Amino acid sequence: MKKKNRYLTVGLIMTAAVLVFTIIGQFWTPYPVNAMDSSASNMAPCAAHLMGTDDLGRDVFSRVMNGCGMTFFVAVCTVAIGAAFGTIIGALTGFYGGIFDEIVMRINDVLLSFPSVLLALIFVSVLGKGKYNIILALGILFIPSFARIVRSEVVRYKSLEFVKNAQVMGCSSMRIIFRYIIPNTKVSMLTAAAIGFNNAVLAEASMSYLGLGIQPPDPSLGRMLSEAQSHIFNAPWYALFPGIMIVIIILGFSLISEGLRAMND
Amino acid sequence: MSDSSDHSALVFGLTQEISSVDPHEDTDAATRSVLFNVFEGLVKPTTDGEVEPAVAQDYTVSDDMTEYTFTLRDGITFHDGNPVTAEDVKYSLERSAGIDGDQSALSAISDISTPDDSTVVITLSAPDSEFIYNLTTAILEEANDAQQADNPIGTGPFKLTEFEEGQYLTLEKYDGYWNKDLDYIDEVQVKFVADADEAFMELQSGSIDCLQYLTKDQISSVGDDYNIITTTMMLVHGLFLNNDYEPLQNKEVRQALNYAVDRDAINEMFADGKGMIVQTHGYPRITAWYNKDTEGTYTYDPDKAKELLADAGYADGFDLEITVPSNFTQHVTTAEMIAENLKAVGINATINSVDWNTWLSETYQNRNYQATVIGFDISSLSPATWYKRYYSTSDNDMTNFASTEYDSLYDQAQQTTDNDTKKDLYGQMQQILTDDAASVFIQDPGDFIALNKRFTGLKTYPVSALDFSSVQYAN
Amino acid sequence: MKYFIKKIISLIITLLVISLLTFTAFSIIPGDAALSKLGVDASPTAVENLRKEYGLDKPVIVRYGDWLADALHGDFGQSFKYSNKSVSELMASRLPVTVLLAVMSLIIIVVVSLPLGMLSARFSGRWPDTVINIVSQVLMAIPSFFLGIIITYVFGIVLRVFQTGGFVSPDKDLQGCIRYLFFPAVAVAIPKIAMVVKYLRNSVLSEMKKDYVRTAYSKGNSDNQVLYGHVFRNALIPVITFVAMVVAEILAGSLVVEQVFSIPGMGRLLITSISARDYPVVQASVLYITTIVVVINFIVDVLYQLADPRIRYA
Repeated sequence: MKKKNRYLTVGLIMTAAVLVFTIIGQFWTPYPVNAMDSSASNMAPCAAHLMGTDDLGRDVFSRVMNGCGMTFFVAVCTVAIGAAFGTIIGALTGFYGGIFDEIVMRINDVLLSFPSVLLALIFVSVLGKGKYNIILALGILFIPSFARIVRSEVVRYKSLEFVKNAQVMGCSSMRIIFRYIIPNTKVSMLTAAAIGFNNAVLAEASMSYLGLGIQPPDPSLGRMLSEAQSHIFNAPWYALFPGIMIVIIILGFSLISEGLRAMND
Repeated sequence: MSDSSDHSALVFGLTQEISSVDPHEDTDAATRSVLFNVFEGLVKPTTDGEVEPAVAQDYTVSDDMTEYTFTLRDGITFHDGNPVTAEDVKYSLERSAGIDGDQSALSAISDISTPDDSTVVITLSAPDSEFIYNLTTAILEEANDAQQADNPIGTGPFKLTEFEEGQYLTLEKYDGYWNKDLDYIDEVQVKFVADADEAFMELQSGSIDCLQYLTKDQISSVGDDYNIITTTMMLVHGLFLNNDYEPLQNKEVRQALNYAVDRDAINEMFADGKGMIVQTHGYPRITAWYNKDTEGTYTYDPDKAKELLADAGYADGFDLEITVPSNFTQHVTTAEMIAENLKAVGINATINSVDWNTWLSETYQNRNYQATVIGFDISSLSPATWYKRYYSTSDNDMTNFASTEYDSLYDQAQQTTDNDTKKDLYGQMQQILTDDAASVFIQDPGDFIALNKRFTGLKTYPVSALDFSSVQYAN
Repeated sequence: MKYFIKKIISLIITLLVISLLTFTAFSIIPGDAALSKLGVDASPTAVENLRKEYGLDKPVIVRYGDWLADALHGDFGQSFKYSNKSVSELMASRLPVTVLLAVMSLIIIVVVSLPLGMLSARFSGRWPDTVINIVSQVLMAIPSFFLGIIITYVFGIVLRVFQTGGFVSPDKDLQGCIRYLFFPAVAVAIPKIAMVVKYLRNSVLSEMKKDYVRTAYSKGNSDNQVLYGHVFRNALIPVITFVAMVVAEILAGSLVVEQVFSIPGMGRLLITSISARDYPVVQASVLYITTIVVVINFIVDVLYQLADPRIRYA
């Protein structure tokens, strides 16, 4: 048991460190985030530039500091929207079944099949550009996967003894769902959230490929990573540091979920 | 790596897909540059931006510039071995004109007659000394009419043997090519690669032999297996301004922008300064029409820019949104650099990156933008087509530039048949574009091409053309 | 049987809804197929003519009707971007590639993750579990295109055992194609393996706490007997859901991997046709994806019943 909490501790430390780093990055960075210096392009990491510079001579360290914020924001909001709506929809449909279940699950199928790029294009053309619209579009895209997971769990628990007992004891359906069933889906949900977080970071990056993500010159880790692809041979640090940063963020987050899971055991 | 006896196909990496091989339908620069090898017109472009006889042996133009008479090349054949006849020429020009519609360059033809099998007489409805440039239109075989789009047959140095959508197309040397003096490689595979990064990876792994549009960073890590050819992209690359957007209606503001942008830094950033700085809508490599006097008009001078802004009543700057198509990384990066330049003189520049089709319909067609970074290539060697972009009532006056002086010079240029007068008129028009600061013209960007050392040659053209018939095996 | 018919009807309704949605989407987003094809140098007349040829001048609802009538006869029309190809031809050339990649990835995922997941659960809390757990945590955190780049860099450029861009189509050289797809399949599989291992482990562990396990132990079964005889089957249910979703995801076209490894699959076809506003192709691709998703969900439901007879549908 103690061993499990080490996950939580490590995860919390990592996430806290990243958060502090990120929060500082919103107010102060060693160099202005978007300042270019053509005489210092593609510099390897050194004392002046801890993570080197990119092709436009911008300080990668400063951009990573600042870009983490955007990445955090997008990923957390996306997962929150997906998980919140996904849980409610999955729980209700799984519990009640019937025609309601059928309809909602078909809508789910539609969402799962509808190309995310097309959906993002629609959001942008209807609501206009901006990070909030991208988050909304991504969040909606994340609903089905959460809904499906919760639904399958609920279907499973529904037929179990303790739920049947609760029903016999006259508990209301809502109470059964939210008091007895949902807490039991926590394990799957935390795992799904960690995965979702990863996917959200990447989705934001691939959206920017089509000009739909965070607009340049503002940095986000995903976009820095995709920009860095073309410089992987002569400026690998440009890909490496944002990449590592994403790994750390996601790792910290999944360790926390792991630790929480263990605490609940 | 290179094997001295390796005569396998040259694999050319194209970072764009070719979606149609019908030469009369061709639309983008990449498609034109590849089909250049398969099809020829009565005349074809030369490396200095002029034209020379191709399917035609020679031609004469009547003094009034309305009648063009072509004698077809003796013994010239299509890739299936059939001789090219005057009827095929007539058919091809009519087919192309039909596809392009009534505003195309070929619509100026009033009559095509074929007195005999090897003579074609083209009559124009009005005199036009630039018309010859439009006759690079591909000559196709009439007997193949039903299959032009699937299995096109041309007269060029290579025949198209395979076309796999989204993947590659294969060109094979045509042994019956009329120009027997040319010695060139047997086979070329043009491979469509999703993007420049991936293409560069494939170049490094050896599955691509030749790749264009390399960055200066890439050429430094490309390795010993490749020779680097330095040229330019043949674009007018710039920050194009919507002259109808309120602050940009003011000439002084546009001039301020011209002083604020650091062209040399952009050139340096992309191509180590190998690009050619321009200050007008012109192509320095086509010396016949280019007005060199426009160069150096605007130097990089932020103070002067601030002064001009203050004079124009924008001492506190204004908001400027720069729209940029997100699939062109070079344009996005340029926009980022320009945004920094403009912020330095107090203009609040933001970037709006959009997908290519949104750019085409919203920015280009609907002119719903403030400023945009783009590069204009040339689809025709005829300067009239380039300068129509700034004619006030033109469909493609994307910048909403309007100058009565410019319009009247353009009209005069169309009426004159004397090339010297014409050059002078086009020169004056270019000067107006510079003086009125129609947009912020930046450069003809430098371009690096990597070619595996198994091959030598590869001529570069001022038009979109990849002349594989100029490539030989190194051993 | 009744259940089966119900599923088919709901599939048809879903397909109708999504095809209408896709059509509507194309009328909302900016951009135009004719303009996209002809580019900046086209005269307005030429664009207008092409729009007419494509039928883009008609109202959306009329176009949808036309499209639906043709589609019901199995005719999905011509691609706009690839002017001489019918949509069916295009799909037929891309689909085998994606299916092959999906099958290969699935095999790798199942073969690697089931043993690892069980191992991890069996030794839960001890070092094999800890090692597997840490490794899978890290693998899960690596962005897929980063992983793709690392794989191409290491195996393609440093070790030269793989040639980036050397793709051959399966109908020309099936073996060569499989060989080429191995590394992409690994790139697809790695993060999924990590996730499946985790899912399986957690699922086994939560099953282990159930009453029936205690009963099984009390009847004198050994650890392994309980684990493989009783728990495994039940623990598989959430894992199956997850694996099925993964399969659906890959079959729908794993864009990132297709992009990084230069594979002409469904994902790339969909993206290029959205970019070119080539809606006949998009339309058919979306229908394909929907069918995959719905059919796989159906299979999952059936597997559920097989794995756990307590679950019954009306």
